[in-house]
Amino acid sequence: MIQKTSWGVGLTAIFMLIILFGPWIAPMDPNVVDLSKRLQLPSAEHWLGTDQLGRDQLSRILTGGQMTVGISLMALGLSIMVGVPIGLFAGYLGGRVDWALMRLVDAFMAFPEYIVAIVISGLLGAGFFNLMFAILIVKWVGYARLVRSVVLQEKSKDYLLVAKISGAGSYTTLRRHLIPHVIGPVLALATLDIGKVILLVASLSYIGLGVQPPHPEWGSMLNEGRAYFTQASYLMIVPGMAIFLVVFVMNLLGNRLVEKFGSDRQEEGRDGITECS
Amino acid sequence: MQNKNWLLKRISEGILLLWIISLVSFAIVQVAPGDAALSLLRVDTVAVTTEQVEALRQEMGMNDPVYQKYFRYMGNLLKLDLGESVMTGRPVAAELSHAFPATFLLAGTSLLLTIVLVGIFGSLSSRFAGGWIDKFSTGFCLMGASIPTFWLGLLLIDLFSVRLHLLPAVGMANGGLILPSLSLAIAIAPPFIKIFRNSLIDCARQDFIRAARSRGISEKVIFMRHVLKGSLIPVVTILGVSFGSLLGGSVVVEVIFGLPGVGKLAIEAVTRRDYAIVQGFVLSIGILIFLINLAVDLSYRYLNPAISLKEAERQ
Repeated sequence: MIQKTSWGVGLTAIFMLIILFGPWIAPMDPNVVDLSKRLQLPSAEHWLGTDQLGRDQLSRILTGGQMTVGISLMALGLSIMVGVPIGLFAGYLGGRVDWALMRLVDAFMAFPEYIVAIVISGLLGAGFFNLMFAILIVKWVGYARLVRSVVLQEKSKDYLLVAKISGAGSYTTLRRHLIPHVIGPVLALATLDIGKVILLVASLSYIGLGVQPPHPEWGSMLNEGRAYFTQASYLMIVPGMAIFLVVFVMNLLGNRLVEKFGSDRQEEGRDGITECS
Repeated sequence: MQNKNWLLKRISEGILLLWIISLVSFAIVQVAPGDAALSLLRVDTVAVTTEQVEALRQEMGMNDPVYQKYFRYMGNLLKLDLGESVMTGRPVAAELSHAFPATFLLAGTSLLLTIVLVGIFGSLSSRFAGGWIDKFSTGFCLMGASIPTFWLGLLLIDLFSVRLHLLPAVGMANGGLILPSLSLAIAIAPPFIKIFRNSLIDCARQDFIRAARSRGISEKVIFMRHVLKGSLIPVVTILGVSFGSLLGGSVVVEVIFGLPGVGKLAIEAVTRRDYAIVQGFVLSIGILIFLINLAVDLSYRYLNPAISLKEAERQ
């Protein structure tokens, strides 16, 4: 199991490095159009071939990673920054605040993620920030709920009562006792969510509601090349494979982290049986 | 009696939730930028003057204060009037009821396929836990959760329609639902396979199973009558909850396979700013999910009577 953990971490590190330095590794300018070289099969000059406008596919994949994964990470970070405080307040304050916040959460949870994201990004119009906003709207709820449940669990324990009797104020209680308990589960949920968010970003871009051409982004590359798939199937295989591999590695890592932090699931972890996400 | 109280409480909560859902679907459109009047006129691709837009806005009541718009919206809603589509000029209710059958058909076949996948993989990998089939199923789950549904759909079309000419790429006739349901089922099944497998293993370890075995009851009867029923509870709950992701995923799948469902309708409406359709879509999805959750709760109580007994004890 130790070996497997390092596999996930190692692969993630390699992928992250490739994505981070992708634009500098890219052999050519991803946006240079050369119609004389359109739809070329993979060759020594263009390792992954060229697209319908003669752009180098390898360079577009390498630069596009920053867009796809970057947007996903930023959107997820925003969701955590919104969801965690709301969950902390709801759980810690309790009473009417909790009731009102949880009804708000219920209303958001009443709709499937994809549908909300599609409606919001569609109505706001395609684009970088609108896409992030749509994902924020969809994702903060999960973190608020998770944090609230952790806080409620901890609140009932005796040590918090002792802390209160010893004169710890709300700020100290939150900072010293509650937030440390929240970090592990939030991290575990976040690693499991990254893959889902990447899939969401790519799907929205594929439908045409996310990142717009000519920016290289894996989902919108699939959208752009759609008409040429029958002639040049590598145009379809390569960007999809990139999405699949990154999400796969993230899920691998996420499963390990959940085993580590999800104390409720120790039973399953002990048997050495790997989990599906 | 207890169940009746529970149902009443559930329904009153539901009415509150439905009201919030209606508020959300109203709010989404109010907050959204862009202008239905403008896009309505733009459909004709004739240059429009500001006066024309202003006149149409006035006519559509878009210059009224928000509360007036809200009362009008709620009033129409109570009369079950969802307005008219800007795209086609037909009532929204008609458009939706025209599109929902395709989505339901897709969701139904996908759900069926999901149940088959979960049943086969879940029971086999719990039977041979740790063996190669268990490992294979784990790998399948990880792949299924990582593969983009739209890409899987494209790959399936490329293989079965373009290369092998076995199944149609677009439309529902001649087995056209097979590929869309398959790509949706592969995306949805993984978590259930894992849950079903673990819950089968858990259940088989329980004392009452060992007791049954020691009484000499055959393995087949033990599995069918005791293990299976006990393991179904978590699966049923989450299968119901997953109906939402099934509907969400079907939007993408409908677009790829050109199925005339609500997902495709909604994407068209969203890009063309047909607010009435978007509102109707959001509202009907919200109501649908609420009804499904209610049904899941009911079946949950049927499968596990201990739940209502515990509630009775508490009161």
